[in-house]
Amino acid sequence: MAEVHRLKTPLKDEDLEPLKIGDTVLLSGVIYTARDAAHKKLVELLKKGQPLPFDIKGAVIYYVGPAPAKPGYAIGSAGPTTSYRMDPYAPYLLDIGLKATIGKGNRSQEVIDSMVKNKAVYFAAVGGAAALIAKSIKKAEVIAYEDLRSEAVRRLEVEDFPCIVANDIYGNDLLKEGVEKYREE
Amino acid sequence: MLREIEASKITEAVKKLVMDANYFIGDDVAKAIEGALKTETSPTAKEILTMILENHKISREEQLPLCQDTGVAVFFIELGQDVNIVGGGFEDAINEGVRQGYTEGYLRKSMVGDPIIERKNTGDNTPAAIHLRIVPGDKIHIIAAPKGGGSENMSEVRMMKAADGIEGVMDFVVERVRISGGNPCPPVVVGVGLGGNFEMSAILAKKSLTREFGERNPNPKFAEVEVELLKRINKLGIGPMGLGGRTTALEVFIEYMPCHIASMPVAININCHAARHKEITL
Repeated sequence: MAEVHRLKTPLKDEDLEPLKIGDTVLLSGVIYTARDAAHKKLVELLKKGQPLPFDIKGAVIYYVGPAPAKPGYAIGSAGPTTSYRMDPYAPYLLDIGLKATIGKGNRSQEVIDSMVKNKAVYFAAVGGAAALIAKSIKKAEVIAYEDLRSEAVRRLEVEDFPCIVANDIYGNDLLKEGVEKYREE
Repeated sequence: MLREIEASKITEAVKKLVMDANYFIGDDVAKAIEGALKTETSPTAKEILTMILENHKISREEQLPLCQDTGVAVFFIELGQDVNIVGGGFEDAINEGVRQGYTEGYLRKSMVGDPIIERKNTGDNTPAAIHLRIVPGDKIHIIAAPKGGGSENMSEVRMMKAADGIEGVMDFVVERVRISGGNPCPPVVVGVGLGGNFEMSAILAKKSLTREFGERNPNPKFAEVEVELLKRINKLGIGPMGLGGRTTALEVFIEYMPCHIASMPVAININCHAARHKEITL
């Protein structure tokens, strides 16, 4: 039976141990945004031995390029983008302390293996529920690569950000197991 | 007798269309999601469909984009041959409408100037993708169909053989949806373009995505294939966001046209569950 967990960032191993695929998570605290263009730059920094623009230990990265905020709003619509485009970069960040990523669609076996090795998880957010998800984002601030516009790295303060555990720390994959469960013939 | 239409009228119409298409879900689409919520058996799928419906409501009430990916601005335009556009260029008028709509409507600008070297954002979501036909009459009919990247990336054109038969085509379509998994934001709409040639098949597939839900291909044989494909796709188990369920596609639309004796082009263009499009006649 799927459970609901309330988690607060930064995430620790103990936070992730009870999570099983299919569980709902309501996430609060600080999360960071990055898409492909930002990931390319982050991994370049790592390879040069330079510091990242945020503390990666226990961090959560949300794969999103938000719409512009209307006046009076913290952020525009902000649903997940497709995660596989970040797969080539994700293991570098998981190896140095990234604890969760949020996106949509499946991850490569390499990323899944890296999550098991590093005790990290992957959350699925609901693609196309962007106006709804934006309600859980209370503050947004660009902290790096402003020239990338919607693809810049942002620091988001979130309250009860809704997502579903798609890959847990035990190597289970809802994108495989969920589909097998409901496939007919 | 030529009818004069000001280019600024086209700009104004386009500006409103791109904003409306991004804020307001089609009644047919909303009804299909509500229907899916009733028949779905997976608790995760139900949770997701409920969030999608809640999202429709927030977007409509607050005029916020349904999705942060407000898409490539795609247009299907039928221009009456008795229309004389005055006061500016036709394509400029469309692109100006996109520029204004995406800027003033707080829509995301998702276009980069070149695809692989610099990839620098053009800043105003131009240029639009414009598909134009000149038709009899003195009106302009414009369909705006903003198209997100996630579903577009799961699309494919394949030059098949006549020997593959309709079963071969159906296998290709079902397999394309299967391997796409959660990436294109299922429950999806599947557009299939059959025949024409390489590029026409793709345009047919995209055009089919602007059809109303429930409207079948007028050729009963192709209508039957649409229904059969929807049935087969919904047995895949992919479900909303690929997390498992019985609602993988909301609709399958086929458009076809004559093709070369040697060819059997098949294009599959996948759309997300928002299936955005709005139209107007000037």
